[in-house]
Amino acid sequence: MIGFGLLAIALVASAIFVVTAKKPVYSVVGLLVNFIALAITYLTLHAEFLAVMQIVVYSGAILILFVFVIALLSSGVKPFAQGPDKAPRILVPALVCGTVGVVAVIIASMQTRFAPEAIYGLVGQADVFGSVSDFGSALFHHHLLPFEVTAFVLMVAIIGVVLLAGDDVPPQRRRKRAREPIARPDREPIAR
Amino acid sequence: MNAPVEAYIALSSILFFIGIVGVIARRNPLIQLMSVELLFNSANLALVTFARTWGNNVGHIFAFLVITVAAAEAAIGLAIVAIVFRKTTFVDVDEVATLKG
Repeated sequence: MIGFGLLAIALVASAIFVVTAKKPVYSVVGLLVNFIALAITYLTLHAEFLAVMQIVVYSGAILILFVFVIALLSSGVKPFAQGPDKAPRILVPALVCGTVGVVAVIIASMQTRFAPEAIYGLVGQADVFGSVSDFGSALFHHHLLPFEVTAFVLMVAIIGVVLLAGDDVPPQRRRKRAREPIARPDREPIAR
Repeated sequence: MNAPVEAYIALSSILFFIGIVGVIARRNPLIQLMSVELLFNSANLALVTFARTWGNNVGHIFAFLVITVAAAEAAIGLAIVAIVFRKTTFVDVDEVATLKG
């Protein structure tokens, strides 16, 4: 329970820091703390494979992507690093509604009867709930179609990103340009 | 470390709320995308909690798929931010109103 309290404090504090930070780079640091604390929380819930995936995918891939974009966009541009920090009018209603929602969820979860917790073995043991073999057999025996659909989603995302962030020149003009002779400025013109 | 299920659900809803406030109140597109990641994470926490409660690892599969979709979403969102920023140097998502009818 003490460990859970520490994890909860770390999660909530880092999330608040992400939202309230002045620069996006500070938010990335807060997000890193949040992801690592969440991975430890997954470990306490016997989801070892997901904890590793959390660190590899989120802290390893997505955060690096954020850092790259921030570094590319804000180089030499001062206002982007600062950002507009005026609190909009919607902030107070959002806070009120959100607080009411959180309290409602907490009360509802306290009045719901959950199943009694079973014992799933120690964290780190093979062939128990949440281990890699358990996860893998569930994924590839019973949920193979969602896994393959996920591969399709990732491929569509890759194609979309390449199309979005690629060259602005349309393909036909690019082909035409490639057929033109390359200008050689170092060579003298032959006929004058 | 045996906290009750309600504590995990409360933590998940609080994180979700913080993420929603970030999406609504912040105008920097990068911080908004990071708040969306917070939303995904809080949903994942609820899924993993219920998977542990019922002893059923379908929640883990679901959380894994959510992580994958979040990676795709972050890639496409950041590409859109980059391409819009290349055309007009904006700092406020309210200024990007090209598609406004």
